[in-house]
Parts: sequence; structure tokens; C-alpha cells
Amino acid sequence: MGNLLSLTTFFPLLGAVILAAFLRGDDAAAQRNAKWVALATTATTFVISLFILFDFDPENTGFQFVEEREWLMGFTYKMGVDGISVLFVMLTTFLMPLVIAACWDVTHRVKEYMIAFLVLETLMLGVFMALDLVLFYLFFEAGLIPMFLIIGIWGGKQRIYAAFKFFLYTFLGSVLMLVAMVAMYTQAGTTDIPALMNFTFGSETFGPLGFQIVGGMQTLMWLAFFASFAVKMPMWPVHTWLPDAHVQAPTAGSVVLAAILLKMGGYGFLRFSLPMFPVASDLLAPPVLWLSAIAVVYTSLVALVQEDMKKLIAYSSVAHMGFVTMGIFALNQQGLDGAIFQMISHGFISGALFLSVGVIYDRMHTRDIAAYGGLVVRMPAYAFVFLLFTMANVGLPGTSGFIGEFLTLIAAFQVNTWVTAVAATGVILSAAYALWLFRRVVMGDLIKESLKSIKDMTTREKATMAPLVVMTVLLGVYPALVLDLIGPSVSDLVAGVETALAEHETATMMAAQTEAAQ
Amino acid sequence: MIGQDLQIVLPEIVLSVYAMLALVAAVYGGQDRTAPLVLWGTAGVLVLTGLWIGTGIDETRTAFGGSFVDDAFARYAKVLILFSAAAILLMSQEFMTRRNLLRFEYPLLVALSVVGMMVMVSAGDLIVLYMGLELQSLALYVVASLRRDSIKSTEAGLKYFVLGALSSGLLLYGASLTYGYAGTTEFTGIVAAAEDGVSLGLLFGLAFLCSGFAFKVSAAPFHMWTPDVYEGSPTPVTAFFATAPKVAAMALFGRVVFDAFGGVVGDWQQIVAFLSVVSMFLGAIAAIGQRNIKRLMAYSSIAHMGFALMGLAAGTALGVEAMLVYMSIYVAMNIGTFAFILSMERDGVPVTDIDALQMYSTREPLKALAMLVLLFSLAGVPPLLGFFGKLYVLRAAYDAGLAWLAVAGVIASVIGAFYYLRIVYYMYFGEERDALDSGGAPVLWGFLMASAAAMVFGVLNLFGLEPLAAAAAATLVN
Repeated sequence: MGNLLSLTTFFPLLGAVILAAFLRGDDAAAQRNAKWVALATTATTFVISLFILFDFDPENTGFQFVEEREWLMGFTYKMGVDGISVLFVMLTTFLMPLVIAACWDVTHRVKEYMIAFLVLETLMLGVFMALDLVLFYLFFEAGLIPMFLIIGIWGGKQRIYAAFKFFLYTFLGSVLMLVAMVAMYTQAGTTDIPALMNFTFGSETFGPLGFQIVGGMQTLMWLAFFASFAVKMPMWPVHTWLPDAHVQAPTAGSVVLAAILLKMGGYGFLRFSLPMFPVASDLLAPPVLWLSAIAVVYTSLVALVQEDMKKLIAYSSVAHMGFVTMGIFALNQQGLDGAIFQMISHGFISGALFLSVGVIYDRMHTRDIAAYGGLVVRMPAYAFVFLLFTMANVGLPGTSGFIGEFLTLIAAFQVNTWVTAVAATGVILSAAYALWLFRRVVMGDLIKESLKSIKDMTTREKATMAPLVVMTVLLGVYPALVLDLIGPSVSDLVAGVETALAEHETATMMAAQTEAAQ
Repeated sequence: MIGQDLQIVLPEIVLSVYAMLALVAAVYGGQDRTAPLVLWGTAGVLVLTGLWIGTGIDETRTAFGGSFVDDAFARYAKVLILFSAAAILLMSQEFMTRRNLLRFEYPLLVALSVVGMMVMVSAGDLIVLYMGLELQSLALYVVASLRRDSIKSTEAGLKYFVLGALSSGLLLYGASLTYGYAGTTEFTGIVAAAEDGVSLGLLFGLAFLCSGFAFKVSAAPFHMWTPDVYEGSPTPVTAFFATAPKVAAMALFGRVVFDAFGGVVGDWQQIVAFLSVVSMFLGAIAAIGQRNIKRLMAYSSIAHMGFALMGLAAGTALGVEAMLVYMSIYVAMNIGTFAFILSMERDGVPVTDIDALQMYSTREPLKALAMLVLLFSLAGVPPLLGFFGKLYVLRAAYDAGLAWLAVAGVIASVIGAFYYLRIVYYMYFGEERDALDSGGAPVLWGFLMASAAAMVFGVLNLFGLEPLAAAAAATLVN
């Protein structure tokens, strides 16, 4: 099984090609076939990816299942996974069948819809497995195309504005990263990610045009990568594309966006910024920590006043991603563990929350919070599921949301107590907006006429939710499932960063001494 | 001696002789009967000449005392010119026949302009350069106004002629200054004269030469003719303008700055970098307001020329390689895009308003998908081939220490992405309007699909172009 990773990555694409080539017509039967083909493809991909998980050796901190082929311009087609990326791969393959199931009721251009999601899955998997800069960029950017179409074709009323904003915002962020990649290639002479991790980029302060750039090339490259990942993440203040994109995207699109696409930013920090530019990361960590803390508080406050359910959850996503960046730039073991855990758990929770909104949106065709109330009377199963995920979103102990937030807060406390204090208020605020949302939508008396005949979740909807419920609770009570897997790779990364920082410090001191001696 | 020289220019001779013989034969044969035959024949001859040049000898030869150079660089450009001209001819037939535009002069003028282009890219002397350039331009002026009864087409021809003459004047002035201060018109002599740095007069000559070339490649700020000529000319002619002459002019630009001024890279590098950055931004910003797809493609080509010039501005072999790869990809994209534009009709009348594409994807899913691929490729979004073109020039520019140019380029590409996306938006998420005719000529369909497929599958290995472009660049820069 030498090509396991390529097989996993390109299997969904194969399904898309089959759909495009062999499925004709747009009647009910053709639509059903398209959905079944897509579901079978994503489910098979998940099964294939399980082989990766079973054969994965957590003690080995290097890259596993590596494949390498010659490509253009001295680049290579190189794939591989390590402890940091393997779970993102699993998250993607796990969620995609649920996403397909969630769009079972779509009737508008179903074949194209399924093709878009299958292509998107290939591209997302590629991002997490690519071990070549350009290959990574290829997958990272190409994901914009299907997502642009998903928002634009199947989205809500303001979909065109949202689609353009999504595309251009993220495109602008990443082209700067492209220039930095070219610069890295020029300096290091390779685009091989493992090799670049061991390459030390120059960090001597230099002053072009009279500006003193502390940290030198590392700082410049770090900033270029930051422009891309911060937009993708998204971090405050470049998060504004996200609420628009989320609100306008169809349910399944929102799920993919929140659960997987946002994780690419965090993954990028872990894969590039930290190991390749450790000095710059250390140098710029304090502002990032503060930005994270502001993001947590500010977006939580904004979430409080939202009248649209999806927008509220979108803002809460930004807040939770604030914990992730805080954990990453605490630059210690708990922080990175917590950040990865938070990303995985947020994948399940936010995905489930958007699915929950989708459930009632499909019935009532509105996302206005004011249009609901007292759903518990007629939808007990829904009320239970929604409550569970609301609690997980708040970070109740026993759910996976708690572990990630707690770990990142511990990590940040060791670095900067003020940031932690500010961010910790976000936990309270998240309880405020989430519980208030739950109160307004689910609790109370059922007084609205339009809701009197609403039906509870169907078997399909329950089946879609069930795996997410299981994962959220399982990871909440037994986080070692994740932490054992990522632990060795993370401690390796932290050790690498610390060594690099120590070396840099010695080098700076030596330089200062020679200067003093002269 | 003369036999050897003639052997080197044999492809050009064969093509000219063919054009003249075909002209005579067509005049005797009568307009209606011969026109399609001449068109197919010319396309065939162009392809065969391309294959001949492409698979022929593999060394650098010079003829006529160094004034005609046949090296890998010239051959690469010639093959690209010949193939793209042949493709455009094949694409024009159906369009022109139905509009009663198809005259045998059209393919023959194209063939003659191709001869001019081949001479241009092989020039080793300022006089040969000018001869090739004028042969090309004169033929192009005529085809621009092919539609004699249309005011727009004649206007396009006239504008092209007047402004083209102006640019030729600039170029000649530059050439005479260069001759005056270098004492020779031969590139090898000019290099020798500029060995210890350029004198002020030579620098003036260089600047005027560059202005003339910028005119021919339609780089800003010498781009004004482009949108009007693109809009006014019959669409197949526009497609031709967008491909082969651009390659020829860009190759000529490279030829002169490296062969004649290769020793003083620093002196022309700033000029080319300036042209590049202005073109990229102008092409990206000015196209935003365009509703006419032909004008839009004109601005798009200005922006693309800016990127190709970025490769040239690097002033290294890597840069020339990047420029050649970029031009190849650009030509492939434009052939597909114009195949699509040629098939845009409503009730048999050509439509150029992008508004007409509203919800095109529901009626013609496959063609819309192919166009989508081409548009994203033009915008430079990975994983399509257009992205690799940009990556090549970015790498070359960064490598040569022009990091600011690379940053400016990527920012311009984001701005430019907007108008390509807008066409996607019309095709995929617009509102239902009067439908365009579906179907269209199989030839256009074939070129559209082939071009789109090339954008996707070229990512695997660029169809082996990379080593060829590298070899070509190596002969130019040493």
C-alpha cells in the first residue's frame, strides 16, 4: 500500500469524474443516484483513511506513508502525514459523508453540487498531506474554486457578494504567501517541507530603506504566511468575510467551511510558521496572543447581539479559533496540544451546530432567532441534540469543547497572565450567547402559529448527528485518544522551536560580544 | 557560402513562396471556391513548417554575416507562432464563411505576417529586425480592417496603422541613435560597443527601441490602441492579434535586449520592470469596467504582457525561460478563450456583451465548465496552468532581486481576478436572460475543450515544455 495517501486524496476526485462522465439527466432518479454515488465515495474514502489511522505509529515523529515523485521546476509531488496532520485528514474523511447526507434534500443542480463537494474533499485532503510547498499552495488555493461555486450557486440571497468577498479576501491573503514561498525556494534551494523545517532562515536584523526589521527575513516571511493563515483562520480583525460566507452558504457548505476549511489556517501555523520561522514566531507571539484575546472577547460580544442563528454561530467560530491561535503562539506543549484538540473538537461541534440550524431552516426557511421558540414541545430529539452541542460549544466539562479551551488557557497562563485573564472571560461570554440562543429557540412555550405543525428530526437527520454526538462526548471524557496520537509530534515540534530559539540567542550574544570587544 | 545562408532561411523562403504561389493560384481560381481551400492549405503549411523547424537541427547557426540567427530561442518562438497562427486560422473558417468575410487574402496575409514574425525573432541586426517587423505589421493592418463595410473595423485598421506607424517611427529613431553611437547595426557589434557601459546617446537609443517594442507587445503606457483594435476587428482577427504577434514581439524584445544590450542589463532592466508593473496594474484595473468581452480580453492581454515582461525584467536565463513558458501558456489559454468567444452568438449574430452569458451553465454545462477552467487559469488560480506561468515569472523576478516587482505582480493578479470571476458569476449564478445559441462549430468546440484540458493536465509535466524553454533561454543568455 505504497500509495495509500494518494489513494485517499484522489478517490473523491474519481467519484466526481464518474459523476460528471456517466450521470445524465436531472430527474429525481438521477438526483438520487448522484447523492448515492457521492455518499458511497465519501464513505469509501473514510474507510480507506482508516487504514492510515491504524497503521500510523504515534511514536514516530517523522513523516509516515511518504510518497515522492519528480515534478516541475524542481518541485516534487510529495505526500506524507505526521502526528500533527493525521487527525485533520481523519476529521475531513469522517465529516464528508455526513456533509453529503446533510444535503440530501437539495434539488437544485444536484449533480454539480455533489461534484463540487467531492472535488473539495480531494483538495482539502491534499492540503493536510502535501509535503512540498508548491503542492501545498496548489491544494490550499484550489479549494477556493469549489467553495466559490458552492456559495455562489447554492447560497442565500446575498450569495454573490459573499462569494466574491470570500474569494478575493482569501486570495489576497495567500498570494503574499506565494511570494514568501518563492523567497524560501530561492534561499533554501528546495521546496521540500521536511527539509525546510531543518533549514535555518536568516534572522539577522537588517534595515532596507531605513526601517529596522528585527528578525530579518524570518519576520518578513512569517508576516507573509501570517497574512494567508490569519485570513483563513480567521483572526480578528480580518474575520469579516466569514460571517457573510457562512450566512450565505448552504448548510453543507457552512459545515465544510467551519469544520474543515478554517482548520487549514491553524494547520498552516503549525506546519510552516512555527517550525520554519521559530525566531519570528517567538518575536511576534505577544501581538498574536493579544489579537487572539481580543478576538475571543470581541466576537463573543458581537455574537450576543446577532439575530441570525448562522451568524451567531459564525462569530462563535471566530471566538473559538481565537483560543486556537492563543494556544499555538503560547509555544509550549499544552498550548499546541490544546490548539490541535480544539480544532478537531470544533470541527465536530461547529459542524453539528450548523447542521442543527439546517434542520430547522429546512422546515421553516428562516434563520431568524425571533421566528422560533418553544421547539422542545414538538421536537424533543432535536432539543436534546441542540442542547448537547450548545453545551459543548460553551465548553462544559465532559464534552470535547472543554479540553481544548482548558489546555490553551493553561498554556497561555504560563506565558502571559493578562491575555489569559481576558480570554477566560470569553468562556463566560460564550455561555451567555449560546445559552441565550438555546433559550430563545428551543425553550419556552410554543406560541408561534407557524411552528405548531413542525416535525421532529427524521431518521436521516438523526443518523447524521449521531456520529458527531458520539465523537463530542467520547473526546470529552477520553481526550487521550487525540492527545496520545499527536503528543510525540507536538513535543518534537516544541523542542525544535526551543532549540532554534536557544541557538538564535547564543548567536545574538556572540555577535554582541564581538561588537563590544571591538 | 550563399547556399548555406539560404538553407538556414529555408523555412521563411518556403512560406513566402507558398504565399505568393497560392495568391496567384487563388486569383485564377476565383474567390468563392478557393477561399476555404487556401485557408486549410495555409493552416497545413504552417503546421508542417512548425514541425519542420521544431524537429530539425539542434544547433545555433547564423546567416548573412550574423544578421539572421537561427538558435533554439528563435526556433521555440517560431514553433509557437506557427502553431498558434494555424490554430486561429482553423477557428476562423466557420465564423468568416457565415458572415461572408472569408476571402483567400485573409489566410495569405496571415501567412505573410507569420513570415515577418519569423524574421523578427531571428533578427541579428537592426535592419533585419525592422524589415521583419514591418512585414508583420503591414499584413496585420490589412487584416484588422478586413471587414471593409464596417465602420468599427475600418476604424480599428486605421487606428492600428497610425499608431503602429508612430511606434515604428519611435523604433527607427532608436535604431538610428543606436547605429550612430555604436557605429554598427549588428547586435554583436552593439554589444561590443556597449562593453564599457553605454554612452548617453546609446541609452537614448535603447529607451526608444524599448518604447517601440512596448508598443508592439501592447505594454502600458503604450497600450492605447489595444482595446479599440481588439473591439473593432472581426473576432477571429482579434484572436490572431492576441496570440502570434504577441509572442513574436515579446521574443523580439528579448532578442534585442539580450543580444544587443546583454552586457548592460542594469540599464534596460528598470525600463522593462517599469513597463511590467504599469501593465499589470493597468490591465487589472481598467478591465473591471468593461462589459465587452473583446475589450476585456484586450486589457487582460495587457496584464498578461506585464507578467511576461516581469520574466524579461529579471535579466537572467531563468527569466527568459519563464517568459517563454508564460507566453506558451498564455497562447494556449487565449486560443481556448477566443474559441469560446467566437461561439457566442444569438440568432446567428455575434454577441460580445458579457451580460449575455447569464446562466450559460444551465444550457451548455460542458462549455461553461471549460470556460470556467480557462477563466480561473487566466486569473492564475492554482491548480491550473496559468498559475504555473505566474509562478515561473515570480521566481525569476525574485531570484534577480526584484522582490518588489513580485509583490506588485501578485497584488495586481488579485485585482485582476475580480473581472474573470465576474464572468464566472454571470455564467453560473446570474439570472436567466435571452439565451445564446447553443451548439456552434465542432472546430471551436474542439479547441475550447483541448485548451481547457491542457490547463488541467498540463500541471502534470507542462507537456515537456520546461527543458525546451530552458534550452532556448540558454542560447539567448550566456
